[in-house]
Amino acid sequence: MAGSGKAHLRTGGDVLLRVEDLVMEFPVGRTGLVVHAVSGISFDVLRGETLGVVGESGCGKSTTGKALMMLPKPTSGSVTFEGEELTALPPTEMRAARTRMQMIFQDPISSLNPRRKVRDIVREPLAIWKRGTAAEQLAKVDALLEEVGIDPQRAAESQAHQFSGGQCQRISIARSLVLDPTLIICDEPVSALDVSVQAQVLNLLEDLKAKHGLTLVFIAHDLAVVKNISDRIQVMYLGKICEVAPSNSLYDSPAHHYTKVLIDSIPVPNPDVAIHQVAIQGEPPSPVMPPPGCRFNPRCPAADTRCRSEEPLLREVGDGHFVACHHPLIGGEAPAAVRPVTAN
Amino acid sequence: MSRQPQASSRQVDGPLLKVTDLRTAFRTERGLVKSVDGVSFTLDRGKSLGIVGESGSGKTVLSRSIMGLLPKRNTERSGSVVFEGQEIIDLGLKERRKVWGREMSMIFQDPMTSLNPVMRVGKQLTEGLKIHLNMSNDDARATALKLLQDVRIPEAEKRLDQYAFELSGGMRQRIMIALAMSCGPTLLFADEPTTALDVTVQAQILELIGEQRRDRNMSVILVTHDLGVVAGHTDEIAVMYGGKLVEKAPTRVLFANMKMPYTEALLESIPKIEDPSHTRLHVIPGRPPDLVNPPRGCRFSPRCSFVQDRCREEEPPLMTAEHPEHVYACWYPVGSPVHRERTAQLQAEKIGAH
Repeated sequence: MAGSGKAHLRTGGDVLLRVEDLVMEFPVGRTGLVVHAVSGISFDVLRGETLGVVGESGCGKSTTGKALMMLPKPTSGSVTFEGEELTALPPTEMRAARTRMQMIFQDPISSLNPRRKVRDIVREPLAIWKRGTAAEQLAKVDALLEEVGIDPQRAAESQAHQFSGGQCQRISIARSLVLDPTLIICDEPVSALDVSVQAQVLNLLEDLKAKHGLTLVFIAHDLAVVKNISDRIQVMYLGKICEVAPSNSLYDSPAHHYTKVLIDSIPVPNPDVAIHQVAIQGEPPSPVMPPPGCRFNPRCPAADTRCRSEEPLLREVGDGHFVACHHPLIGGEAPAAVRPVTAN
Repeated sequence: MSRQPQASSRQVDGPLLKVTDLRTAFRTERGLVKSVDGVSFTLDRGKSLGIVGESGSGKTVLSRSIMGLLPKRNTERSGSVVFEGQEIIDLGLKERRKVWGREMSMIFQDPMTSLNPVMRVGKQLTEGLKIHLNMSNDDARATALKLLQDVRIPEAEKRLDQYAFELSGGMRQRIMIALAMSCGPTLLFADEPTTALDVTVQAQILELIGEQRRDRNMSVILVTHDLGVVAGHTDEIAVMYGGKLVEKAPTRVLFANMKMPYTEALLESIPKIEDPSHTRLHVIPGRPPDLVNPPRGCRFSPRCSFVQDRCREEEPPLMTAEHPEHVYACWYPVGSPVHRERTAQLQAEKIGAH
C-alpha cells in the first residue's frame, strides 16, 4: 500500500488546503531509531469539502491532523493553507493562522479545562484575540452555545465535569467555531461517544458545516462514521496513503486490499448477515522499522515479490478514485515502474 | 490435585445463572442512584447473552453486581443471583474469591489499566493458576504458555517475561482474555471488550471469544453499547434502559421483530456503511434518565417519538411477544396500531419539512 505519489492532487477548483510530501518522524529516546509516523503523503482539500481520514491506530492519521496545525512542525514537506505556506511561517504568524483552522479532539472531557466555567472556556479565544467588546463576546458565545444545544445559563455556572461526554463534545465544537475558522480538523470526535450521542454529534457537524461554510478534515477509525460525513475518503496505513476516493465509490468498489479488510471488519447490526472471516491477522508492524516496498505487504493476501521490493504509487483507477497498489481489486495491474522506486 | 483448566464438570439441572429482581443502588450526596432496578433473567450453559444499552443504562453495574465486584460501602443490593444452583448474592469475600476466576471471570474494557503495570505478564497469568488450581510453578508456567498460544499471541514464550506497556492494545486485550480463561470459568463477562480497539482487531477479538466459548462450553455475557457487535456474536440480547431490562429476545427474533421503540431507535442511530454518504442519521433526542429521580411511567417516555399519555403515567411491565422467549416493556410496541399511526404522522411531518 501505501504508497507515495501526487496523481490525486487537484489543480482546478478552490483548493483550501494542500499538503505535499509531508513527513513526520520522531526520535525514539536516544536509541538513534526513528518512528516513521508519516512518510511522504500528499493530499488536498477543496473549500467546503469534508475529507475523511481513516486507518488503524498508528497509521499516522492523528499525526497528520496535528501536522496541519504545525503541532509540531513537520520533519519535511509543505502545507499550504489559504495560499499560505505554513511550514515557513514564523511562530507569531502561525498563531494568527491557527485562528482560521481549529481542532476538535477525541476525549471531550479532558480537552476542556476542568477548573473553569464552560462559558469562559468557549469565550477565551475571543478574549485572547481581543475580538469585540465583552458584551459582544458574550453574545457571540451564547449564540454559539445555543446553536450546539447547550444552555448558556448553565454553561455560565458549570464546569466541564457537570456535563455528559456528548455535551462536552458540543462545547468543544462551540469553542472551535468561536473565531470563525474556515477549516476544522476533527480528530476522532465521536469515538468516545455512545452510538445515540454519536448520531447527534455527526448531524450537528453537518448542520454547522452548512451554516458556517466550513471545510472539515474528519479523522476516525470507523469507516461507517467517516463515510457518513465525508465527501472524499483517504485510507492510511503505517504512514502512507493507500487509497483516495469519493466516499460512495470507496465503499462500492474498494480498490485496495486494506480498504476491503476495513469494510469487512465493520460489525453489521444484522444477525442474518454472515460475519466476514477476518482476512488479515495480527496488527500493523512497528513504524520504527516499516517493511520495504508496499508497507501493507506482510499482511496483504495478494502480496508478491514486487510488493516486497517496489513501493506502489497512487494512480487513478476510476473517476477521482486513486489507489497505491500493484494488484488492486479494480483497475488492473500497475504498469511496471520506469525506474526502480526505493522504499520511502 | 492440579485441576486442568476446563469448564466445570459440576452439573446442576436448570440454568447456569438465574438472576431475580436484582437491585443495586449507590448512596450519593444527591440521593440514591438506582443503577440496576429490578432485573431478572436466566442464562443457560454454553450460551452467550449480549447486554446492550447507552452509558448510564446500568449494564456495567449489572454485570459487576452479579459477579460481586462492587464495594460494600454506600451500595445497597437486593434480589437473588443463583449460580449453578447456589445463591451467591450474599457470599462473603472469602467464598467469593473461590467463585472468581474459577467459576466466573471478567474481561474489562481498558486492557492497559486492568493489567498490573509492574508485574510481568507471566506472573499475572500464573498467580491465579497457583492459587485457584494449586499448580506448581512449572505447571503454571507451562499452562500460561499454552493459554497465550490459545489466544494466538505471537512469540508467546517471550511475552511471558514482558510487561503490559511493552504490548499493543490488541495484544493486551488478548492477555486479558487468556487471564480470564486461565482457571476455566463457566461464565465469562466481557465488558465492552473491544471498545478501545481498532475495527480490524475488534473482529479478531470477538471471533476469539466466540471460539473459546465453543471450545470450553462456557457461557458469555457480552456487555456493549453497539448493537452491531452483539448481532453476530450472541444467542440472546437483553436491552437495558434506565436501570431496567426493557426488551430481551433471541438475537434473530429481536432483529426480525423489535418491539421497543428504544431498541429500534438505538439500531437506527448506527451509521450504516451501505447508506450513501451524508445520509441523515436518526437520533434519539435528549439524554438517558437521571437515576436518582427517574421519570414517572415508562422511563423512555420523555425521549420516545411514540409516547402517549398512558406511557407518562403507568410503567409498562415486561410482556411476552409472539415468540415465547421474547419479552418487552412497552404499551404501544412497534407494529401496534398506535405506533403505526404515529409512524405515518412522523413520515408526513418529515415530508412537510422538506
